[in-house]
Amino acid sequence: MPAITLTINNELFSARKEQTILEIAREHGIDIPTLCHFEGLEAMGGCRLCLVELQGSPRPVPACITKAAEGMVITTSSDKLIEYRKMLVELLLAERTHTCSICVQNNNCELQTLAAKLGIDHVRFDYLHQQLPMDASRERFALDHNRCVLCLRCVRVCDAVEGAHTWDVRGRGSTSRIVADLDRPWGNSTSCTDCGKCVQLCPTGALYKKGATVGEMKKERSFLNRILERRRLAAQGRSL
Amino acid sequence: MNRGELAELAEATLQKQQACRLRLLVCCGTPCVAAGAEAVVAALREQLTGLGNLADLELVSTGCQGPCSRGPLLTVLQPGQPEQVWEKVTPELACTVLNTALQQQHLPEQNLLPQDWPFFNRQTRLVLANSGRIDPESLEQYIARGGYESLAQALHEMTPDDVCDGVVQSGLRGRGGGGYPTGLKWQLVRKSSGSRKFVVANGDEGDPGAYMDRSLMESDPHRILEGIAIAGYAIGADQGYIYVRGEYPVAAQRLRKAIKDAERAGLLGSRVLDSSFSFRIDIRIGAGAFVCGEETALLGSIMGRRGQPRIRPPYPAEAGLWGCPTLINNVETFGNIPSIFSIGPQAFSAYGNGKSRGTKVFALCGEVVNNGLIEVPMGIPLREIVYEIGGGLANGATFKAAQTGGPSGGCIPAEKLDTPVDYENLQALGSIMGSGGLIVMGEQSCMVDVARFFMEFCLDESCGKCVPCRTGTVEIYRLLSRICNGSASQRDLQTLEQLCVMMKDTSLCGLGAAAPNPVLSTLRWFRQEYEAHVKDRRCPAGVCSMNELPLHLLGEQLLQRISALRCDGEEY
Ligand SMILES: Cc1cc2nc3c(=O)[nH]c(=O)nc-3n(C[C@H](O)[C@H](O)[C@H](O)COP(=O)(O)O)c2cc1C
Ligand code: SF4
Ligand code: SF4
Ligand code: FES
Ligand code: FES
Repeated sequence: MPAITLTINNELFSARKEQTILEIAREHGIDIPTLCHFEGLEAMGGCRLCLVELQGSPRPVPACITKAAEGMVITTSSDKLIEYRKMLVELLLAERTHTCSICVQNNNCELQTLAAKLGIDHVRFDYLHQQLPMDASRERFALDHNRCVLCLRCVRVCDAVEGAHTWDVRGRGSTSRIVADLDRPWGNSTSCTDCGKCVQLCPTGALYKKGATVGEMKKERSFLNRILERRRLAAQGRSL
Repeated sequence: MNRGELAELAEATLQKQQACRLRLLVCCGTPCVAAGAEAVVAALREQLTGLGNLADLELVSTGCQGPCSRGPLLTVLQPGQPEQVWEKVTPELACTVLNTALQQQHLPEQNLLPQDWPFFNRQTRLVLANSGRIDPESLEQYIARGGYESLAQALHEMTPDDVCDGVVQSGLRGRGGGGYPTGLKWQLVRKSSGSRKFVVANGDEGDPGAYMDRSLMESDPHRILEGIAIAGYAIGADQGYIYVRGEYPVAAQRLRKAIKDAERAGLLGSRVLDSSFSFRIDIRIGAGAFVCGEETALLGSIMGRRGQPRIRPPYPAEAGLWGCPTLINNVETFGNIPSIFSIGPQAFSAYGNGKSRGTKVFALCGEVVNNGLIEVPMGIPLREIVYEIGGGLANGATFKAAQTGGPSGGCIPAEKLDTPVDYENLQALGSIMGSGGLIVMGEQSCMVDVARFFMEFCLDESCGKCVPCRTGTVEIYRLLSRICNGSASQRDLQTLEQLCVMMKDTSLCGLGAAAPNPVLSTLRWFRQEYEAHVKDRRCPAGVCSMNELPLHLLGEQLLQRISALRCDGEEY
């Protein structure tokens, strides 16, 4: 592939054509925040956190999807970009109900990490307090819409990697919601293979493995029963 | 049909029309039908039947004639006499007109529009040349007015490159909002390589208050077909689609009939007009989403996917329908094409101003005397549209602002009334040409409330793919609502501005990027109104009711009330 040269943050880099700005930046240890993007999935360009300034372009461009070209001059961080990113994360925090302290994903959440990295200590917008339902009808997994950021990683991985295309989006705008099998309870989905790929890729606690949340842990003791019974009898000098 | 037969048919139909001693054109555009045009047609038809359906009396149900708020309209044509138009026609009035005309008596003056009415005189009708003059369902009548002659000319006298060059020379720019040079786009698609190519006409028109595209599709469907076919020839496509907004069933039905008639006459389908060019056109119906007017969302919708924009590049010119190069233009843009070739690109580009050539159709509405559909040369001063064509403001109100471009546009204040209406000048004022909605507002309109109206529309129509638009519209709407109900603080005003600028810069598609325009432009020209709402809790236009208190005032009031109480709860 032909090589190109481009400038990122005042430094010259050479790269292969067809690489995205994000790939090149990451190869060279330059951090650009992302949320909807996941390496290996088709880029969607929805979260807008990876926006970078490109000389000659009237508006910032998304790094995850914009292909590098010869002579590009890119700035990955500026006061304006940081302010925009902060506002975007604040919008996400305000949109649904992200109460970290009671979330399964606390401390392992990409949204939380982004907010912390950007130094967000308050949200300037109205919390929308949407009361969205949960779908816990699947045996092993559950979905809490209140924590979904609509990054559509689940939709893309299920379609492109697992090939099941269980997930899709219904509604539009702020009423958009992830749906399984044309809006059925996940538990009734016949296309879902229980592979868990969506759960693993979900950046927040929206999709999670059951049994991990506070109060959900049940002890599985039946396998010990026989052993313990034998020990009890032995202690009394008897056998089974 | 070949070119000779086309000319013969045109000649024959024209002669028949000229031989008529009386032609009655009743406007049957949707607004006029709503005002009772069908009863007028029925009454006239009955009279004519009573007279034995004489060959030299013709009754035509036309598409929109223009001044829609004055419907139903009746235009009377008599050889050797100036054309006369009656407004607000009742079946009785129509019959009186018919009978007096037949008896060669003086026609009734009641509801007769003046001969030199500026609404008609100040217009330049190229795209709307046939609207209101022909029966939209009649192929012959379109042909009689020179229809399909431009297509014949392109197919028989020009190479595809010539056609593209002609469009470039005309200076035509996209009428769907963006204003991208049409000729350039055609050349791009012509040069792109692909196994197949497609032409798509965007008839999704979702702006509230705009109905130019609907009216054009309903009044002159063949013109659009001809434009699309010429484009197909120019770029090397064999298939075209017209994407019609779902709420426009009449337009879809007329286009369907027009396609069928044109195919039967050999003007579409295989070997068009006896040339080697074959071209099919199909209709696709939208399902009620404004965002499906955005080109990538529209293409997705045609392919049966969720109507959601995607990031460009690749532009549709490189990879559109099923990955093939696709030309997408607005239906009005296509409507201009036959005119360009019938009057010549030079003559076409003689109309206009600066980089905006030709004419533009506007849906003039709001508080003007004459509401309706108008076509004016680009660069006409806004004042002329409002005060001469529009007849000034209704009920003697004073002009406050004109809104162009719908939810993506902005408001133009009174001090800018002399601005020439073209792409560049409107943009410089923070508005856009848009697809052609033009709403005139008087002193009784609150600019914050107007901004809120458009934001409510955008929040409802956002597709939800990108964060700034999906959530930003909701937050902006809430901020504007607070300003309107008197509970906003100075801080809210600041957040509003930050959010608008951010959304403009970060949204994925034009919907989100342009959604803050109504807010930003009203903030620019009417900031004092926002300030009055926030600081003085007063709506200068008297529209908003300030029925809620901002938090800091609420606190103050509470303190006052508490300090007025004794510890036993009794008042001092
Ligand atoms: C949110 C949005 C809505 C749009 N709606 C329309 C529409 O209703 N009709 C239209 O012709 N173009 C619409 N457009 C513009 C199209 O994307 C596209 O630019 C246009 O159809 C190209 O045709 P033109 O070059 O002839 O203007 C819209 C764009 C956006 C971003
Ligand atoms: S459920 Fe998770 S992966 Fe799927 S869209 Fe929501 S946040 Fe993204
Ligand atoms: S700007 Fe709005 S309509 Fe456009 S992609 Fe983003 S969410 Fe969808
Ligand atoms: S990571 Fe690029 S837009 Fe989300
Ligand atoms: S519909 Fe009759 S004048 Fe417009």
